[in-house]
Amino acid sequence: MNAYATHADDHHDHHGPAPGLMRWVTTTNHKDIGTLYLWFAFIMFFIGGFMALIIRTELFQPGLQIVDPHFFNQMTTLHALVMIFGVIMPAFVGLANWMLPMMVGAPDMALPRMNNWSFWILPFGFAMMLSTLFMEGGAPAAGWTLYPPLSLQTGDALPFIIFSIHLLGISSIMGAINIIATIMNLRAPGMTFMKMPLFVWTWFITAYLLIAVMPVLAGAVTMLLTDKFFGTSFFDAAGGGDPVMFQHIFWFFGHPEVYILILPSFGLVSEIIPTFSRKRLFGYSSMVYATASIAFLSFIVWAHHMFTVGMPLIGELFFMFSTMLIAVPTGVKVFNWVSTMWRGSLTFETPMLFALGFVVMFTIGGFSGLMLAMTPIDFQYHDTYFVVAHFHYVLVPGAVFGIIGGVYYWLPKWTGNRYNEGLGKWHFWLSTIFVNILFFPMHFLGLAGMPRRIPDYAVQFTDFNQIATIGAFGFGFSQILFLILVVKCIRGGEKATDRVWEGARGLEWTLSSPPPYHTFSVQPVIK
Amino acid sequence: MAFKMAFRPKLIKPRRTAHLFLIPVVMFGFGYLMVPIYNVFCDLTGLNGKTGSISVSQANEFEIDVQRLVKVEFLSVLNQQAPWKFDPQVSSMLVNPGKPYTTHYIATNQLGREMVGQAIPSVAPSKAAAYFKKTECFCFSQQKFEANELKQMPITFVIDPALPDDINTVSLSYTLFDVNSRIN
Repeated sequence: MNAYATHADDHHDHHGPAPGLMRWVTTTNHKDIGTLYLWFAFIMFFIGGFMALIIRTELFQPGLQIVDPHFFNQMTTLHALVMIFGVIMPAFVGLANWMLPMMVGAPDMALPRMNNWSFWILPFGFAMMLSTLFMEGGAPAAGWTLYPPLSLQTGDALPFIIFSIHLLGISSIMGAINIIATIMNLRAPGMTFMKMPLFVWTWFITAYLLIAVMPVLAGAVTMLLTDKFFGTSFFDAAGGGDPVMFQHIFWFFGHPEVYILILPSFGLVSEIIPTFSRKRLFGYSSMVYATASIAFLSFIVWAHHMFTVGMPLIGELFFMFSTMLIAVPTGVKVFNWVSTMWRGSLTFETPMLFALGFVVMFTIGGFSGLMLAMTPIDFQYHDTYFVVAHFHYVLVPGAVFGIIGGVYYWLPKWTGNRYNEGLGKWHFWLSTIFVNILFFPMHFLGLAGMPRRIPDYAVQFTDFNQIATIGAFGFGFSQILFLILVVKCIRGGEKATDRVWEGARGLEWTLSSPPPYHTFSVQPVIK
Repeated sequence: MAFKMAFRPKLIKPRRTAHLFLIPVVMFGFGYLMVPIYNVFCDLTGLNGKTGSISVSQANEFEIDVQRLVKVEFLSVLNQQAPWKFDPQVSSMLVNPGKPYTTHYIATNQLGREMVGQAIPSVAPSKAAAYFKKTECFCFSQQKFEANELKQMPITFVIDPALPDDINTVSLSYTLFDVNSRIN
């Protein structure tokens, strides 16, 4: 045990967690709240995954099998909303809660009470969202993008989905403000901005994206609400509005949002790869600038989601080239990860495997994104399974693998026990094989012209759809291994050392494993 | 990073976070600000095909370009199952830029009760929208139809002689919306 941790433990005014279940309701401790976020995301991962399996089961054969088309569309809509707002974002915030204070040498998050709020809003937001499944007219079925006028035909569910998006937005804005405040005010003396670990940096930038664009989404869905119930006509052509404007406002939020879903994973991978390469991260400052450039560019590329609405050539060219420009900072990152490994003494523990899987498969998703960025090609691929393949590659073996890698990386730190490495490797290999069986055929389906969000398809698409469905079930059930592994690790196992990994660097590894309830009451000084 | 650690008294700077709460509030407002920005942008560029209106006296100030003939096509669209029969009187006209012309759209209310409709124009190519001016149009206001009423609705337009040379055909499309629910 280390001096700082011991110090905190010995103080009599520092208490451990309160007994009983109320601990979790009233907690303001960053570690508790991080745990809550992570478990919430894990549960939602299985709920959203279950919805995905309903979709894939229906698509196993052409024709209508198990669900009616309206319910199928409800599944695609809710699957997206759950996975984006209920899994990836809360998982990132959970990791930030657990790790940021420990990585910057802070005793806790800067605004602990608000931290409690921002978590506890989430279950209510999602209860509201999922309750729409049982309403007259069903859950929203117009896709997570909620394009009017289709989304305005949603039944009783519309106000519920809008208010639930408001709640999720408020929650993530509060989480983001907390993260910015922590990073700006609570860094240990001597930890300058350019000494911050990269996970801290990527979250810092992500948090700014969040507070800048979540309110825009809130505004867009509020306009939907007033169009439907209060006689405004923002998007109603009959009243002088324009439905295309919704797409502009939505994607002004939507594109920064996709970087919100990936930047923290960049940070996680940038922590993991140097540890298992036993080298410093190659090009630290270029990583920081690349992240900032991606964040900046994300604000000026939104219309590449809507090339087919009818844009003048100059607009198409602008959005095409600005989009392709993003490949430059992203390429810098991939280059830096590979260079970090160059001549390193690599070992392949589970976190490293997930990080490597991330680098390879995220890059595949990046390349298909580059294809979609080209306007004339996008005209052909728009709303086909090629798009589905693209964003699932960047989000599942991209963002989600980053999160899983991060969990494996810090799990021994959190629990004080080493997880079962053999099981972890099984989890990685099964996930990687099945995720490719699941998503790779979708490229071919899209190129051949299979449209997305349709429960039926032409018979020639059957083979690839069946392969994808097999992959979906394989991937889904592989995640049960992860659940078992995490539970086993919490219950016990070989004791982890403070540093856990031989090549690990950073303040969090100076604490004991598991760290005491309160850490860094006295801030370390970094020189 | 190489750390050297030393004990330091608890050192937390004042929580300068108030301005962080301002950003979301401002950005919420910005979301709404995008609506007028979008409309002004579309007005200037004609991107969403919305047409402009001018007064009769302004229309008479244009110099008539008798050398040039532009084909104007008239289209009609019914939104969803709006209960009208809705057609242009002529499907196309050859016009001289700068000269005002009048034509009609004919709509019949096919329901046995009073209906209110609103026509929304759109011009293609969008580059031409800014040069397509109307002095009179049934789309300027909502149209009230008695039960089974047939209405001949006029439109008077003039094409700005500044219309780029590469545009020889301009399509004017009206979509007729049922706006009864908006009124009630």
